[in-house]
Amino acid sequence: MARKPLQFQLNGRHQAVFTDDGQNLLDLLRRGVGDLTPKYGCGQGTCGTCTVLIDGEPHLSCLTLAETVDGRQITTTAGLAEGAELHPLQTAFMDNFAAQCGYCTPGMLLAAKALLDRNPSPTREEVVEAISGNICRCTGYEPIINAILDAAGRRNQRRYG
Amino acid sequence: MPVRVETFDSLDAAASALRSTRSARFFGGGTLLMRAANHGDQSFDTLIRARDPSFRHIRSESEGVSIGAGVTMKEIIAHRDLSFLIPAAQAVGGPAVRNMATVGGNLYANSPYGDLAVALLVLGARIEFVGQGGRGVEIEEFMRDRDRHQGSIVRAVVVPRPRDPSSFRFVKVSRVKPKGISLLTIATYLPQSGGRIRGARVAYGAMGPRPLRATAVERLLDGQYLDSATIERAAAAACDGIEPRTDSLASSWYRREVVGIHLKRLLTGDRR
Amino acid sequence: MIEFRKEYFADERDDNLNEIGKPTQRQDALGHVTGRSPYFDDHLFEGLLHIRCVRSPHDHARIRRIDTSAAERMPGVVRIVLGKDVPNNLNTLLSLLDFGIDDEPLISDKKVSYKGEPVAAVIAESERAARDAVAQVRVDWEVLPAVLDVEEAIKPGAPVVNDVYPGNRFVYHGKYDHQKLRFGDVEAAFRQADRIIEGRYQMSPIEQAPTETCGAIAAPETNDRYVVYTSTQALFFSLDTTSKLLRVPSNRLHLIGGTVGGGFGGKVDSLHEPMAVLGTMLTGRPCKYIFDRHEEMQVGAPRGAERWYLKDGVMNDGRIIARKFTGYFDSGAYTRLSSYAIIKAVGHLPGPYTIPNVYADVYCVFTNRTPATAMRGFGITGVDFAIECHMDKIAHELGMDPIELRILNAYRDGDMKAHRRLAKNTALIECCHVAAEKAGWPLSQAARQASSLRDGGGARAEIPHTVTDQHGRVEGYTAGSYAQKKRPSGPAGQARGPQSPASHPSRDSIAVPSSFDRAPQPMSRPAPSAPPASAAVAPPPPPTAQRPAEQHAPEQRRVTRFSSISGLRRR
Repeated sequence: MARKPLQFQLNGRHQAVFTDDGQNLLDLLRRGVGDLTPKYGCGQGTCGTCTVLIDGEPHLSCLTLAETVDGRQITTTAGLAEGAELHPLQTAFMDNFAAQCGYCTPGMLLAAKALLDRNPSPTREEVVEAISGNICRCTGYEPIINAILDAAGRRNQRRYG
Repeated sequence: MPVRVETFDSLDAAASALRSTRSARFFGGGTLLMRAANHGDQSFDTLIRARDPSFRHIRSESEGVSIGAGVTMKEIIAHRDLSFLIPAAQAVGGPAVRNMATVGGNLYANSPYGDLAVALLVLGARIEFVGQGGRGVEIEEFMRDRDRHQGSIVRAVVVPRPRDPSSFRFVKVSRVKPKGISLLTIATYLPQSGGRIRGARVAYGAMGPRPLRATAVERLLDGQYLDSATIERAAAAACDGIEPRTDSLASSWYRREVVGIHLKRLLTGDRR
Repeated sequence: MIEFRKEYFADERDDNLNEIGKPTQRQDALGHVTGRSPYFDDHLFEGLLHIRCVRSPHDHARIRRIDTSAAERMPGVVRIVLGKDVPNNLNTLLSLLDFGIDDEPLISDKKVSYKGEPVAAVIAESERAARDAVAQVRVDWEVLPAVLDVEEAIKPGAPVVNDVYPGNRFVYHGKYDHQKLRFGDVEAAFRQADRIIEGRYQMSPIEQAPTETCGAIAAPETNDRYVVYTSTQALFFSLDTTSKLLRVPSNRLHLIGGTVGGGFGGKVDSLHEPMAVLGTMLTGRPCKYIFDRHEEMQVGAPRGAERWYLKDGVMNDGRIIARKFTGYFDSGAYTRLSSYAIIKAVGHLPGPYTIPNVYADVYCVFTNRTPATAMRGFGITGVDFAIECHMDKIAHELGMDPIELRILNAYRDGDMKAHRRLAKNTALIECCHVAAEKAGWPLSQAARQASSLRDGGGARAEIPHTVTDQHGRVEGYTAGSYAQKKRPSGPAGQARGPQSPASHPSRDSIAVPSSFDRAPQPMSRPAPSAPPASAAVAPPPPPTAQRPAEQHAPEQRRVTRFSSISGLRRR
């Protein structure tokens, strides 16, 4: 099977890998690079657990051809914290009990980050729209929405986690 | 067979490769093809891509806006000349899907997908193919006979600009709030002249295997004032001549029961 | 936000505890928000192989022939596994509790009884290669008539779904084709009632739809063991089921679970671990077996559908004096947990009300649908839906307030419940009070003054004279241990074992003692809501799987059983 060389930035670090022909980005990130934070939930783009940011915009890695990310910047949940310091969204999710089984959490965090990076003071409707591509089967969404609004309110306060 | 990916610099080269490989599909945004590949779809083993910049253009022309088939929903929403399409483009998926899904892909999407295509149908867009000169085909002809065009690549879609943006309305009906898959999509284009509707167009999505026009409703609306009596008559005829589909989301009976109600709400401006 | 209603049961509670009633951070919250919580698939293995199954497209069909020759030649295919490769290819989940007869193959080889049933497993270098090979397997099916409705399935002449139970009904206690509850005399009470009110209630199957699909990865480990990472909710079920199906002693199995991406009952059937370990046994390499989303919806077990018929004898003042239930659980093609769900349901009847005459026949029915399993209080939620709709119907017919009707009929502390336990810690009345208050729903003074602590017991604590019957009695099953192969020889004429065709290759996997302590176990609360709950009583000794095949009757041993499950209580 053909393998193509690929170079991209992952959470600010340079990656040089080979991708199998036709491989999707989720599979490349998890098994090729070893970043296990994006998840498999459906393989159809309907659950959002595979969400990654490509050049700051949310994409579904299970539907992304790995070779199309050549030269681009990818952010996953593994890149949210700065060293030992959690991102305000991560702190807010913990404080607001926004995770139960935790499986949707990496995708939710990135969808929320993409929103807050572009719109630091979203309305509740804008938060709901931002996570409308991410399914949660546990929390009923309210704690997640509260967490994102909470993080928006205290973006400049960080805390060790 | 594992999936091969071939990328070409020009749309013409891609089109030629597509024509010569029966087991190939043209790759737009990937939201439909990668899904199929992930599930081991045995009907194709080659994905053909193009890096052609013309594929992603948005250009104002005399008769409308020319949108490259590779333009994403997100790019439509962001473009100042395409604000009239925002209700339809915004209805597609969630934010991540909109960053990836393309106009061309939406045209070929099977029910219940294809929300943007419903809007393009009601606005009377024109489809231009790669490797074919001339005016291309009217979208209605494309929709009637879409399978015939599987081996072709759509280069661009030319959408007439509605003179009055409020004459175009769009609703995507879904059980899941605020966003979910379409049970039923309705688009109406009812330009008025002297208060009366002239050239009524009504299109449905998810009612059949592909977007279709509700011609009985159009005939009832044409030449009328958009008042409550007209709306009632239109709602009563909402399903005339149409046999709605049954799928895992809803039965034919259900769609028949509710299409008139949702059409009435759309026409009266009842936003529920 | 927690609201303490200190006016209720104040002397029974301490609201000043350190943890209970106070918000506490989950121990895995940090892992969840950093993406470090390890789900089963979050482990990397060099040389990982992927397992995909060939599945039945039919609801019911006989397998004439499986042709894997084309698939075997496909690139990347390492091994194709058929039913004959499974060391002990028949099981039922609750055989681990000695409840039920082995009825389900891991990989079917004679017939299929539901759409999606696996008939072969392809093991390949990549998921795509496995899918491509699955598409090349040719199965010659003889399509059989299917039955998809519970009442159709138990009519004479219905297609036999599950060969172990030719009547399409699970057999309880070796005696009855349904679970019975008898308390008082409903027929006499119906004759005395002012009105008879009937209803029919139907629930659909409900898919748990966890965000993470079911799956397991098995790999060879040191000391000739297998390590298995799994999404299961029921690690010990998975361990023992794997041990039994594959004839591997449990001390060679190292199962690691813990972080589950949602289960809701959908990850208790423990069928992924045996498949993954089998793959590793046959290939010597790590093997991953996971449902994709289509399989999770179609093949993964839902909470079973239920149909309930209720018939109440009601007085004009609102007292319900008799309640008769006929319930049908749709177990799908195999037993799994449905047999247990019915026992829970029957223990729950007639709902949180004191009704002096109760009768229930509840059937576990096999149909050609996806086998059902647990979900969120399964066995209880469906019948509660039926009961509460019926209460509203009664209120409507009597012209009575629906909450007042419930308060009138609610059980109180000290009342005898239909399954012969005294009610204690009841609180339906107080729940009605608070709900009415929050909804702004006015209640009469009498209703507001009612209390769970008063008016119970006395005559209400007695067990009435109860009419019993032999309705639904079946022949051909023993009341002894289901799971053992060697049956204790009984008096002449006693049935020798379940009438089942030769589709039982062997049941010599686990030998269990033939006699046990049948004294009823004291229980302070109803049966637990899910089988893997820690037992309130001492569990039976674990089966020692490497015991050589018994050639003689197992020695007599007194063993404590959780008797309500197996129904083997001596009367």
